[in-house]
Amino acid sequence: MSGVTPVTAAFPRGILPYLLGGVLVGAGAAVIYLTTGIIAGASTFLESTLSYVSGVSRFNRAKYVQSRDWRLVFTAGIVSGAAVYAAVYQGGIWTTKVQWWRLLGGGFLVGIGTRLGKGCTSGHGVCGVGSLSNTSLVNVATFLAFAIGTAQLVQAIGVTP
Amino acid sequence: MSGERHLASTRRSPLFMPVIYVGGLIFGFGLAVSGMARPEVVLDFLQFEDFGLLFVMGGAAAVTGVAFTVATRYLDRAPLTAGRYVRRVKAFDRNVVAGGAIFGVGWGLSGVCPGAAYASVGIGNYPILWAVGGMFLGVYAHGYWRTHQSNLTEP
Repeated sequence: MSGVTPVTAAFPRGILPYLLGGVLVGAGAAVIYLTTGIIAGASTFLESTLSYVSGVSRFNRAKYVQSRDWRLVFTAGIVSGAAVYAAVYQGGIWTTKVQWWRLLGGGFLVGIGTRLGKGCTSGHGVCGVGSLSNTSLVNVATFLAFAIGTAQLVQAIGVTP
Repeated sequence: MSGERHLASTRRSPLFMPVIYVGGLIFGFGLAVSGMARPEVVLDFLQFEDFGLLFVMGGAAAVTGVAFTVATRYLDRAPLTAGRYVRRVKAFDRNVVAGGAIFGVGWGLSGVCPGAAYASVGIGNYPILWAVGGMFLGVYAHGYWRTHQSNLTEP
């Protein structure tokens, strides 16, 4: 441990990529907001896109049907932007070692939770917190607490990764 | 998430879709730079092994906070849609807490949230499609349930 200060121990990858990435995420949302007035979150895409293939009335409300085209384009942009990063800086594809059942089960709960809770990490976490919305601050505090508890419990019972 | 703007296509400038795409491009590039496209990085944060993710949400919220403040105070209408500028403020009810708790368990189990999952597809992480599929299933299950619960209030 010699030479390891508490700061470097808390940030083993440094701070810069995180801060730069966060500023870019905010800048992407800000470009859309300032030009269109739209507060773009990532998870409504899941619901509005289901309106293309499902007759369930919740997915076919006007606000989803009228926004489903640009939400597809926004998501295509997110995929493309990450692909540009991978092409320039990553040198080929990168794949996770997290087990498939964690991804599937976690994704399922994230899907339910974001719709029930009216937002996700970008809607509440970035745009809602940026708006100093009490609703979003409560949502973010709740999901952070439960995520930390869950991740530490899963780690404690020996599931890796 | 936020569906505050329901703009009919007739009111959109021809630049509307290109700007949405470019905004998404910057957003996704940023998620890849931040490491959030990798579930392992998120799990390291939640397991207190690397606190860097605080700077992702903090940096992003600071930038959007400035944009919200400037636009709502000093700007009139959005140029590409003529839409008004508003803050993202949603009504509070107990679903906000219940949904946040369920979201948190899922995020802690998988290390994946929606925007980061799309970016993860972009960096070639094909196993993430398990998570994307799971999200669609969860959203469908929730929508099916809410549609068939006539007594529930509008979310």
